[in-house]
Amino acid sequence: VGHAVLAINGAEVNGRFTADGKDVLEFLGNPANYPVSIRFGRHRLSSNEKLMLASMFHSLFAIGSQLSPEVGSSGIEMLETDTFKLHCFQTLTGIKFMVLADPRQAGIDSLLRKIYEIYSDFALKNPFYSLEMPIRCELFDQNLKLALEVAEKAGPFGPGS
Amino acid sequence: ELFVLTYGALVAQLCKDYEKDEDVNTCLDRMGYGIGVRLIDDFLARSAVKKCRSYSETADMIAQVAFKMYLGVTPSVSCSSAAGNEFSLILDKNPLVDFVEELPAERASLCYCNVLCGVIRGALEMVHLAAEVTFLQDRLKGDAVTEIGITFLRKAED
Repeated sequence: VGHAVLAINGAEVNGRFTADGKDVLEFLGNPANYPVSIRFGRHRLSSNEKLMLASMFHSLFAIGSQLSPEVGSSGIEMLETDTFKLHCFQTLTGIKFMVLADPRQAGIDSLLRKIYEIYSDFALKNPFYSLEMPIRCELFDQNLKLALEVAEKAGPFGPGS
Repeated sequence: ELFVLTYGALVAQLCKDYEKDEDVNTCLDRMGYGIGVRLIDDFLARSAVKKCRSYSETADMIAQVAFKMYLGVTPSVSCSSAAGNEFSLILDKNPLVDFVEELPAERASLCYCNVLCGVIRGALEMVHLAAEVTFLQDRLKGDAVTEIGITFLRKAED
């Protein structure tokens, strides 16, 4: 459910066609092409889908802070499932940073704060970036990638683990 | 120093572009606002301060942490209304005017550092605090001190 064909025999598939224009179903229907290896998986989200999911989460976040029995609750900080943990950090200006990680990954809090710094340096200080728009700043992407690599290397070692 | 000189060049250019002092003031305020709405996140990310629980705490935060961080000076804060929503920041030293002696005669109502008012206003707005920020006194205009007044308006609901 929700999965799609991502690759056939190692070549990436885009919708119904492979990279060199072959129709996937046709290819699969021809026994001469067997044996064939097919990779299934979830589609990478498009930008629009990401925006939609993010705004849904934003609403859930607001509902969460209102439903909370604790006074002055700030909202959803973490969502835990069997396969992943979603961490959310809300700034005083209302911006939310969300990180999806392995449940065992530690150091996400400091990663979130580091991302806040990277955002304020490379997105906000970029004179050509307009607030509230998708961030298409090269430096932001580069530094974000570096920060993620550092966090991944740190691995599942955290206090008390 | 380069920043102070750049600011000076900016103000000089605006004076050439606009005849009326009010127009230059408005322009500086607007630029400051644009800076403020972005600077606030840098401030919050770097200083990791907690949410302020009162206008007084906010004013202190601006004077003691923010001004220190960005301009290297610490204005003193005083509350100027019984209602507790009007504050004054008194600047002893103002690095922006390091090279300015006094305003030229034809620019008597120019608020040279009006960009600062815009910055404070923009930054406060992003943390859901509406405020009016103006210069109450200005050494460049002959006053004894330079004083920025912050009036917090009704808090916006998130």
